[in-house]
Amino acid sequence: MVIGERKPFDEITRMLEGHKKIVVLGCGGCVTVCLTGGHDEVRVLSSQLRMARDKAGDPIEIIEKTVERQCDPEYIEEVHDIVPHIDAVLSMACGAGVQFMAERYTNTPVYPALNTTFVGGSIKEGYYVEKCQTCGECKLYYTAGICPIARCSKSLLNGPCGGSTKGACEIDPQVDCAWQLIIDRLKSLNQMDRYEDIMAVNDWRTNRDGGPRKMVREDFQR
Amino acid sequence: MAEFEPIIVAFCCHYCAYGAADLAGSMRLEYPSNIRIIRLPCTGKVTPVFLLRAFEKGADGVYVAGCLEGDCHFIQGNLVAKPRVNYTKKLIQEVGLEPERLEMFNMSAAMGPRFAEVAREFTERIKVLGPSPLNKKYRHASNRAA
Repeated sequence: MVIGERKPFDEITRMLEGHKKIVVLGCGGCVTVCLTGGHDEVRVLSSQLRMARDKAGDPIEIIEKTVERQCDPEYIEEVHDIVPHIDAVLSMACGAGVQFMAERYTNTPVYPALNTTFVGGSIKEGYYVEKCQTCGECKLYYTAGICPIARCSKSLLNGPCGGSTKGACEIDPQVDCAWQLIIDRLKSLNQMDRYEDIMAVNDWRTNRDGGPRKMVREDFQR
Repeated sequence: MAEFEPIIVAFCCHYCAYGAADLAGSMRLEYPSNIRIIRLPCTGKVTPVFLLRAFEKGADGVYVAGCLEGDCHFIQGNLVAKPRVNYTKKLIQEVGLEPERLEMFNMSAAMGPRFAEVAREFTERIKVLGPSPLNKKYRHASNRAA
């Protein structure tokens, strides 16, 4: 899932200066699961904003709403009757959701309440780690299901660097060396021959270097 | 202006603090009338939203009273509540309220005197801090005085 972290409160209040009526719009997708932008977080942030503005003698009216997903036109259509009556939308979705909203509602400013941080998962409740860098060329077959692009600090493709010490990365002893993990697992799976295959220089065009990406299922195009 | 009488919301677990409040009453112990009790099935029911909404509506202080650690009727509800209360302290601090306006206490249903003691101590603490800037009654009073 896409992981997001809420922006600092001061940054959010600065964005909303001058606005008297807004909608705080949550997203029922990834950011609900990672506890940063769902129904509960909408209520928490709205409460905080109302209190801060009340305290400053400049009250703000807030509509609290959460849609199924903000990265889908059909769901953001649910707020079409609200948006014309407000000054701004504060979206608690990831960067994709914010942009879908901004493109759909052209006359209303749409602000992000989150910093979209990475693609990952939860290793326990409320604890999220990065697992994928969406490079567009999955190598997990060769690397025993552990991604060297996302989890090696240098994104090396053919084994560890000299900074790998006792299984840890030189950037931080708390960070595992991805290549140590890969080799350990290849050994236990008896697949070390895959380590012997030299991986060619990565084609980063499938990553961001090739510009914004798209994926089209032709059978769904009408 | 009359002496400041804070509004304090106490979220009390049915199995401990609520029983303790009942016992305090049966024992005819006095505790400040500032406390407004909201009964919960377990403090594990508390979320930051509950606590924030209490402050938003003008409570000067809020506390959560759950079972003694290790004695939760639902095994670990009070241990769920504790970090949530601590997290909410940070949330109210962001808004500009003192984190001391929010607290978590633990007690058993047999601790009527402790319930009264907590109520007295917390009320004193909030009186020292003064009215919440979101307490409409006192805000209007202070605006008029200004």
